[in-house]
Amino acid sequence: MTSTKLKMTACAAALAALSFNALAQVSGGSVKIGVLTDLSGTYSDLAGSGAVLATQMAIDDFIAKEKPSFKIEMVSADHQNKADIASNKAREWLERESVDTVTELVTTSTALAVMKVAKEKDRIAIMNGPASTPITNEQCNDVSVHYTYDTYALANGTAKAVTQQGGKNWFFLTADYAFGHALEKDSSAVVTANGGKVLGSVRHPFPGSDFSSFLLRAQASGAQVIGLANAGADTTNAIKQAAEFGVTPKQSLAGLLMFITDVHALGLKPTQGMFLTTGFYWDRSDETRAWSKRFYDKQKKMPTMVQAGQYSSIYHYLKAVKAAGSDDTAKVMAMMKKTPINDFFARNGQIRDDGRMVHDMYLVQVKKPTDSRYPWDYYTIKATIPAAEAFQPLALSRCPLIKK
Amino acid sequence: MKSSANFLESKLPLLFGVLFILGLIAPFAMYPTFLMKILCYALFACAFNLLLGFAGLLSFGHAAFLGTAGYVCGLMVRDVGVTPEVGILAGTVAAGLLGWLFGVLAIRRTGIYFAMITLALAQMVFFLALQIRATGGEDGLQGVPRGHLFGLLDLNDNITMYYLVFAIFCFGFFVIYRTIHSPFGQILKAIRENEPRAISLGYDVSKFKLIAFIISAALAGMAGATKTLVFQLASLSDVHWHASGEVVLMTLLGGLGTILGPIVGAATIVSLQTQLADSVGSWVTVIMGAIFVLCVLSFRRGIIGELQALIKRSGVN
Amino acid sequence: MEIFGISTALLGSQLLVGLINGSFYAILSLGLAIIFGLLNIINFAHGAQYMMGAFVAWIALTRFGISYWAALIVAPLIVGAVGVLIERLMLRRLYKLDHLYGLLLTFGLALIFEGVFRDQFGISGESYEVPELLSGGVDLGFMFLPIYRGWVIIASLTVCFGTWYMIERTKLGAYLRAGTENSAMVQALGINVPLLITFTYGYGVALAAFAGVLAAPIFQVNPLMGSNLIIVVFAVVVIGGMGSIMGSILTGLGLGLIEGLTRVVYPEASSVVVFVIMVIVLLVRPAGLFGKS
Repeated sequence: MTSTKLKMTACAAALAALSFNALAQVSGGSVKIGVLTDLSGTYSDLAGSGAVLATQMAIDDFIAKEKPSFKIEMVSADHQNKADIASNKAREWLERESVDTVTELVTTSTALAVMKVAKEKDRIAIMNGPASTPITNEQCNDVSVHYTYDTYALANGTAKAVTQQGGKNWFFLTADYAFGHALEKDSSAVVTANGGKVLGSVRHPFPGSDFSSFLLRAQASGAQVIGLANAGADTTNAIKQAAEFGVTPKQSLAGLLMFITDVHALGLKPTQGMFLTTGFYWDRSDETRAWSKRFYDKQKKMPTMVQAGQYSSIYHYLKAVKAAGSDDTAKVMAMMKKTPINDFFARNGQIRDDGRMVHDMYLVQVKKPTDSRYPWDYYTIKATIPAAEAFQPLALSRCPLIKK
Repeated sequence: MKSSANFLESKLPLLFGVLFILGLIAPFAMYPTFLMKILCYALFACAFNLLLGFAGLLSFGHAAFLGTAGYVCGLMVRDVGVTPEVGILAGTVAAGLLGWLFGVLAIRRTGIYFAMITLALAQMVFFLALQIRATGGEDGLQGVPRGHLFGLLDLNDNITMYYLVFAIFCFGFFVIYRTIHSPFGQILKAIRENEPRAISLGYDVSKFKLIAFIISAALAGMAGATKTLVFQLASLSDVHWHASGEVVLMTLLGGLGTILGPIVGAATIVSLQTQLADSVGSWVTVIMGAIFVLCVLSFRRGIIGELQALIKRSGVN
Repeated sequence: MEIFGISTALLGSQLLVGLINGSFYAILSLGLAIIFGLLNIINFAHGAQYMMGAFVAWIALTRFGISYWAALIVAPLIVGAVGVLIERLMLRRLYKLDHLYGLLLTFGLALIFEGVFRDQFGISGESYEVPELLSGGVDLGFMFLPIYRGWVIIASLTVCFGTWYMIERTKLGAYLRAGTENSAMVQALGINVPLLITFTYGYGVALAAFAGVLAAPIFQVNPLMGSNLIIVVFAVVVIGGMGSIMGSILTGLGLGLIEGLTRVVYPEASSVVVFVIMVIVLLVRPAGLFGKS
């Protein structure tokens, strides 16, 4: 071998190494997504295994369509709605299994716990299931994205629309803990701002099962609208018993935090005519239908907004990794915030600096049983709430990252 | 029989020595956060075992101490800004005081009534934890800094934190060990075996039970306060009655009334919870339930209890 | 009209609603009390068995077209049969041991049942319609009472007092009570005591399932519907005096009423009031209101 040849080989090798480095800025040549969700408890229907499935679908679709140069892996675990288990698992994933992003995180307590760990380890947390606004306010940080919805958007959308349509007098049935209080406070403000009046409220123990005595109070108040500032089994039992006691249809109910799984579980008879706000409805367009049918084939249930949002957020994240050519947290976050989101789930989507993903929300009314023509035909979309109005405006933000 | 029991006793210091060294090198072989969680629950279970295994009192409300101490420690460290050791101390004292209150009300009754009163009182604590603004309700008390031990050692380093937790655990374990082997512990056992006799011997039974209850509550609190520092949060699940049930399971599985049983039980349950969370998803509770049933039906002495029985048997042969 | 600033209409309606809830407590605590009184077992699986009763009724209706009325008989029989199996295979081995073990075993069983149902049916639960005959309601002047709720009071009180009569006033009940006092003696009289005990556990479980069927049209049928209720019902049994049959019935009804009153005065506390009462009662009357120490 001559020396020139040797030099050339060395150069080539060096070049190859360089370009290899450029390609492999995704650490270990692989992106790892950790789905931490409730697989066994109260929220397992609205997130749970459906969210894991949605994540897998997003990964498969991304590989098929975008042909990334990096590998994508997924791990999942049940946090059992316990903040310490969530925090422990997230730490283990980030410290030992080089997970790049922890996601889903239904229930606010687990989400807040994992956000802190993610910040400490400089990785990303993408949240779809949790509802509370502190995630993007007091407790916000620059590695977290709150993607699908929050209590502000739901309460705001429903209370505003119902009040504007003539439901001026409200009474609240509120779950007696911070979450319920926040829902009641946010909605009351919207009701009064739109010319309505709050006649009163009653706080029920959490969790409750018999709501009849609280419903009787709501009935006696003579309010046109009864706002349900609670969630899950509390909401479904309250709706069921409202029908039983003849509260509905004389007075109407407004669900401030409801999912399509709740409507499915109750059936249309007690829920008909209810207004609620959602980030996603499977039957909205051809695109949503196509995706939801694929989901349905595997899960045997139509997706909730959390599950659809899970897919959308993971796809968006993977696209950002590809575009940034790196899984470095700051670079990916910058890319995710820079790129607008328009897919079957989100229209006019944009991630703000407080971590809030704003997108169009939908005000829907639950159909009458006679108007429902096929399985899961539950909602009529009454209005689209534009992204700019749907969420808490940045001017009101209590997030320290937002400079005013 | 007796000689083999003595043989076991004589080997205990050696066993403790081996376990101590294992505890010292463990963080280099295993994941420290996981180990810290085990140690916290092990201390919790040991404290519970002091009451059930050695004083014969089944408390179904021990979560109240674990959780309350966690909240107090978290609030002190995060909002008052004290150093971690002061926070843990504050949590322990708070749990001890709460234990005194519970104890005064509950020890007048025995057996199932005792269990029910502790459960009822713990439910009230849960109600308060859900209601009070300072605990963060459902959201939990988040963002507790680990801080610097004595203002010097940075606990954000997992290894340093681990040794602190290990030291706390050893201290708690030592307290329990000394309590059991002191004259006080002997009287507790006598009360457990035959309360009327202990009374007729002139012992103030209520006082002994109350002291045992307070020690147990304070140590459970110490575990809870430490746990808050490790995970940097305190949440409602620690005050929920499920946590009270879990500690019964740990103690029972490891071996009721054995000194090492609760540690083994806690390690097994925590590892199971962590491992199962990944692999079986929604079947976690079913498997936990099956362990309960199996324990009660087939090995009531627990892992350590059965082992001891095995050694004793082979010692006789 | 007002009493202490509270309208009588509100008071009346809350008391009536309290009575309805009280009849659920009564029938559930009765089952627990029978099992404890005659078997010395604290049946922690009672809440899960209540849930199973509701689910069996729902499955019977949706899969096999079995009506509500038939389910009132069928569901308690099926769940009761499961209870008989549990007693034969497991509980039987624990009678000589501390109460603690029975409690732990049934706690484990409750976890298993709830886990399996959750895996099968999901967490949101299922809806069970009020039967045609009992739908609608009557206006009582001070409130609108759904007919079904009225039926709940009647059905549960009938079953409760029927059971009380059977245990306290019939020969079968006398054997039962004697069997627990001195089983060797009763056995010597030619009565199959183990069979009696098996039957008793099965009956207690069937009562839970019956309450479950009654509850199905009111509450969402959900795998965890019994898991929080069980703690309250425990408290009811303890307040009434463990093992006291009449005590558990009357305490159940009474606590329903007190809860109803609390909901008028201080609704937030209505879930803890029962525990406050329990602590007070145990301090003043350690054996419970109706218990013999």
